[in-house]
Amino acid sequence: MDRGKKSMNRWTIINRKKIEERIFKCLMVASSLIILAVLLLILATVIVRGLPTLSLAMLTQVPRGGYYLGQGGGVANAIVGSLLVCAGAIGLAIMLSLPTVLYLNVYARKSSPFASFTRFSFDVLWGVPSIVYGAFGFAIMLFFGLRTSLLGGILAVTFLILPIMSRTMDEVVRMVPAELLEVSYCLGATKLEAALRVVIRQSLPGLLTAVLIAFGRGVGDAASVMFTAGFTDYIPTSLLRPAATLPLAIFFQLGTPIPEVQNRAYACAFILTVIILMISVGSRLLSRKFTKHNLR
Amino acid sequence: MDTSSSSLSQSQLSHQLSQPLPSDQTAALQGQPSPALIGLLQGSRLIKDKLAAASMLFLTIGSSLMIFLIALQLYQRSRPILAMKGLAELLFSSSWRPLRGEFGFFPFIMGTLWVTAVAVIIAVPLCLLTAIYLSEYAPRMVREWARPLVDLLAGIPSVVYGLWGILVIVPLIKNYIAPAFGTFSTGYSVLAAGIVLAIMIFPVIIHVSVEVFGSIPYEMREAALSLGATGWQTVKYVVLRKAMPGIIAAVVLGLSRAFGETMAVLMVAGNVARVPSSLLGPAYPLPALIANSYGEMLSVPLYDSALLLASLILLAIVLLFNILSRLILIRVERNIQ
Repeated sequence: MDRGKKSMNRWTIINRKKIEERIFKCLMVASSLIILAVLLLILATVIVRGLPTLSLAMLTQVPRGGYYLGQGGGVANAIVGSLLVCAGAIGLAIMLSLPTVLYLNVYARKSSPFASFTRFSFDVLWGVPSIVYGAFGFAIMLFFGLRTSLLGGILAVTFLILPIMSRTMDEVVRMVPAELLEVSYCLGATKLEAALRVVIRQSLPGLLTAVLIAFGRGVGDAASVMFTAGFTDYIPTSLLRPAATLPLAIFFQLGTPIPEVQNRAYACAFILTVIILMISVGSRLLSRKFTKHNLR
Repeated sequence: MDTSSSSLSQSQLSHQLSQPLPSDQTAALQGQPSPALIGLLQGSRLIKDKLAAASMLFLTIGSSLMIFLIALQLYQRSRPILAMKGLAELLFSSSWRPLRGEFGFFPFIMGTLWVTAVAVIIAVPLCLLTAIYLSEYAPRMVREWARPLVDLLAGIPSVVYGLWGILVIVPLIKNYIAPAFGTFSTGYSVLAAGIVLAIMIFPVIIHVSVEVFGSIPYEMREAALSLGATGWQTVKYVVLRKAMPGIIAAVVLGLSRAFGETMAVLMVAGNVARVPSSLLGPAYPLPALIANSYGEMLSVPLYDSALLLASLILLAIVLLFNILSRLILIRVERNIQ
């Protein structure tokens, strides 16, 4: 009798844990499906609403008079502006972050408090909202007496992507085995030569991926360029002219009450998404292609 | 064998070193450098190294001080308004009338907190369950497809999410959710912003947590399973416990992303400068305020200073988050070991 009760108990326990397992598995599959559905729905929305409005003129022409009232023209100003701002920012950020990362990993000692402080400060900077970088860029421009310009946009986006690029590069360079460095020192290389010829070559695919991740983040960000790069209907001809950017073009076109112009916002969103997806896929392919030269 | 070859190369080297000074550079290029040239080359290599080290150190110090530079610059610019009003009044006053010189940030701070809280409450359970499914249960095929897809979606710009929020979430709330609760809402609300933000931080949290779950040694799971634990029990008692620090890090990352997100929130939150009273009412988070009023800020006195103070507040809260999460991480890690 007693024994039977005990085994009953055990059975209910086993049943309970099986039921719990079932319930949670259902929950997991359900939440995975919800997330997948939502994310696919977003992509689908952008494609369905954006693709019909997309035309060659949109890609190659600047807005003509009355563009924001539904007249002809395109968003070439924003496409070129976005690419220019990002290219400039990427260049500046590489010049700042590559030496920093090499210093942290080749020159600084492994457990130096300075290195860990630098990493922490990059982690904090990574979390700083892009609008704060925009405001900071704006404050600096006030300081130097600049107006909204391509240069201002480049500076703000540089600040935005610098921590992202540095931390990603740092993770990659850290993976370079210490033995490789030791071998190059044994051959008489200075630290600089080891850094430039061994570390960079070994971690090149990862470094490229870091650059592309930063590019994707920079190209899609609107808040940082809002105050700093401004907006214009023309392709910027010098660093001191304002520059249009794609995210802001989307934002402004959506702000108009005319449905045709709003549809163009979706077309711009489609262009932007395609640019970013291309970068993302490109970085995957690149990293696969370059890894074959690596020592393992 | 080994020693003989090395001595051979040494003798070659000393032979080369003892060559007379070449008359022109072509001789040097042909592999007969002079001692003086070698000395110069050595010296220049060392000098280059020293120079590079110094300039790299300079750049590193520079970029590690950037956070202070930003804080200092924003503080400098927001001093005029801090000189006029007390910080407590600015932070806790609810009256926002820039034209009359009244700048109370309380509604905006509350708006930010509400929207972020809603986003995190929606996103964290869904993302954790999905991450557990992907790393513990899902077949290989699904896993290999899901990860790149999640990464791709992490790259979609926030404006696009905002656009989608206007198109789908706002009408949904206006036409279905608000009537279901017997109230009226324009749809531009705390809830809409929270949902859009939650969707934006899905990829971030999932990516980091899958990575964290993947780093837990498989032997630990095997031990639990061999003791008769079910899959879920293994997850509950072993995997989740071991992964706790990583999960906290993932959630903080998502949180700070949601916190500072500007454009998507600006597009769907409604932007009414009042302390939000319900989920279906409008909110006006800080980043949206900054982005929305840049047009007029140079024409109203103290307005620009107030906006830069708003960015300083954002920066301070993000810093606080980071330091707090660091401390929690250190404590949790100590408890686990």
